[in-house]
Amino acid sequence: MHSMRRQLLFIGILILVFTMGSRPEVQAVDEYYEIHPFLKKIPLAIPDFKPLEPGGTTAETARQARDLTAETLAFTSYFKLIDPAAFLEDPKTSGLTKRSINFRNWTIIGAELLITGGVSQSGDAVEMELRLLDTVKGDAVIGKRYRGRHADLRKIVRKFCSEVIFYLTGDRGYFNSEIAFISTATGNKEIFIAEFDGRNPSQFTRTKDITLSPAWSPKGDWIAYTAYPKNKPNLYIKHRRQQRGYEIANKGLNITPAWRPTRSGDRSLDQKHLAATLSFTGDQEIYLLTGKGKIIKRLTKSWGSDVSPTWSPDGKRIAFVSNRAGNPQIYVKDLESGRVDRFTYQGRYNTQPSWSPKGDRIAYSGMEGGRNDIFVAGFDGRPPTQLTREAGNNESPSWSPDGSMIVFSSTREGRARIYVMTAFGTDQRKLLTLPGEQTNPQWSPNTGL
Amino acid sequence: MLRKLWIILTLVLVVPGLMTMVSCATQTGGQQTETTTTTPSEAPKKPMAPAADTSGADRAKEMARNQFLSEHVPYAFDSAALSPMAQNILKRKAAWLNDNPGVSAVIQGHCDERGTAEYNLALGERRAESARAYLVDLGTSSARLSTISYGEERPLDPRSNEEAWAKNRRSQFVIK
Repeated sequence: MHSMRRQLLFIGILILVFTMGSRPEVQAVDEYYEIHPFLKKIPLAIPDFKPLEPGGTTAETARQARDLTAETLAFTSYFKLIDPAAFLEDPKTSGLTKRSINFRNWTIIGAELLITGGVSQSGDAVEMELRLLDTVKGDAVIGKRYRGRHADLRKIVRKFCSEVIFYLTGDRGYFNSEIAFISTATGNKEIFIAEFDGRNPSQFTRTKDITLSPAWSPKGDWIAYTAYPKNKPNLYIKHRRQQRGYEIANKGLNITPAWRPTRSGDRSLDQKHLAATLSFTGDQEIYLLTGKGKIIKRLTKSWGSDVSPTWSPDGKRIAFVSNRAGNPQIYVKDLESGRVDRFTYQGRYNTQPSWSPKGDRIAYSGMEGGRNDIFVAGFDGRPPTQLTREAGNNESPSWSPDGSMIVFSSTREGRARIYVMTAFGTDQRKLLTLPGEQTNPQWSPNTGL
Repeated sequence: MLRKLWIILTLVLVVPGLMTMVSCATQTGGQQTETTTTTPSEAPKKPMAPAADTSGADRAKEMARNQFLSEHVPYAFDSAALSPMAQNILKRKAAWLNDNPGVSAVIQGHCDERGTAEYNLALGERRAESARAYLVDLGTSSARLSTISYGEERPLDPRSNEEAWAKNRRSQFVIK
């Protein structure tokens, strides 16, 4: 537990050192990669949650809540969940609070963190008390009581898990985020949306044709995408929940939308900004548009293709793909100064940039030997880190809102599917299986619980 | 070096020419021997042509039209440049458009699956636009030609090998 906090603090210091960029400290950056929090996972014990009154329904709800908590926290890849078979405490007699727990029984089996839960239920109303305990310090660190309907069980569990992650990392995580992706389940390419962990996928578009490049607005209330209902690639801006939308249909291409991040609160669509590639002049350039498609200004100017913009979190720079040097490479443009720097030098085909939410790195797809893999690089001139290898074609990286994970598509099992991994490339696993192929995932913002 | 070039040129220019000649010969041959019936194997090749009273001129016209629609302009990987072979195909397109002044065409730009979808949308457009610019240079009115990019979304051959990729990197002509 302590080690985790120390590690994170250490990383924080290293990032600070690293942005100052003086020579001797750069040596330390190596360790940044070696000590990342996903290598040494925190041993966590989650014994059965206790039904606080007798009755089959309460016991069943307690079991569901315990399993959901374990699954949700395991998804983050920060923890190693200890097998309940190793537990020394008898869940029937042990208590839920600091005073009634024998911490030695937990430290002896290697647990550094312990989560206890108590559940009571009357009819549809559920009440839960959930605690996070530090077994090494012998102290309770989080104690929360939640009330809700049985249907809110996952919401409650995610709220508590969000507290746990906030305690450990200082970030709220992504438990209220979604992942949009393209699926051919219906025979056409359509946008589907699932919860962050792949649960409850549902179809979002019904264009019955080619649909590509979903992009979430900063608050997650709008999705921009490319589709062909008019038999050419146009942009569509569709509300996440309401039947509202706009079309951007300039002559030629209208593709690769990316919303500019905003710090201010709710804005109307006219005030939201979008970068996208248009080719109405005969040249493929990136433009800044309003959410309704009015052109504000052109952002790039070069012969050939400029596509796939991604914004720095402060909205001051864009990274994009250009073939200005003869093959597709990633460039970064500072919009204030107009300065353009080439970002990728390794390989002859680097596309699909995705700027990390912390701003320090860009993930992208790099092709070698006819196959794409996911790479991550920073701004220190060090060579990129390859996160996937020898596992089919890996494309379309997109960061979780807290920057701890990356979602991508892979053909490692044959057909293209959606996978997740940590930002360091560990813990790669499939997110969901649907008929057809799934590609082009985009992680939504965390909209708050 | 020069010899190698000649061999390649011969292959590129003469072989397709020979192939067209051979296919012409077999088809006209078929016409001569069977005046009233169509063999089942030939039927799909000319579904529009009435079997009995097709004149030679109509047949040639139909074949030219089919060639216009089925002969695609090829490209190298990540390139929209027109090879000598691509230019020859486009010259035939220009000639056909010249013979059929009432026709407008859509040039579709397509890519193989190896690149990434977004960049390929841009590449597909550059392919279709390079084909269009070449035709306009040859004298085809630009008003008769429009372009659309399908990126890697509409492959002719779904397989993942060199042969399929080469087939899928193309500009394809469709009559409006």
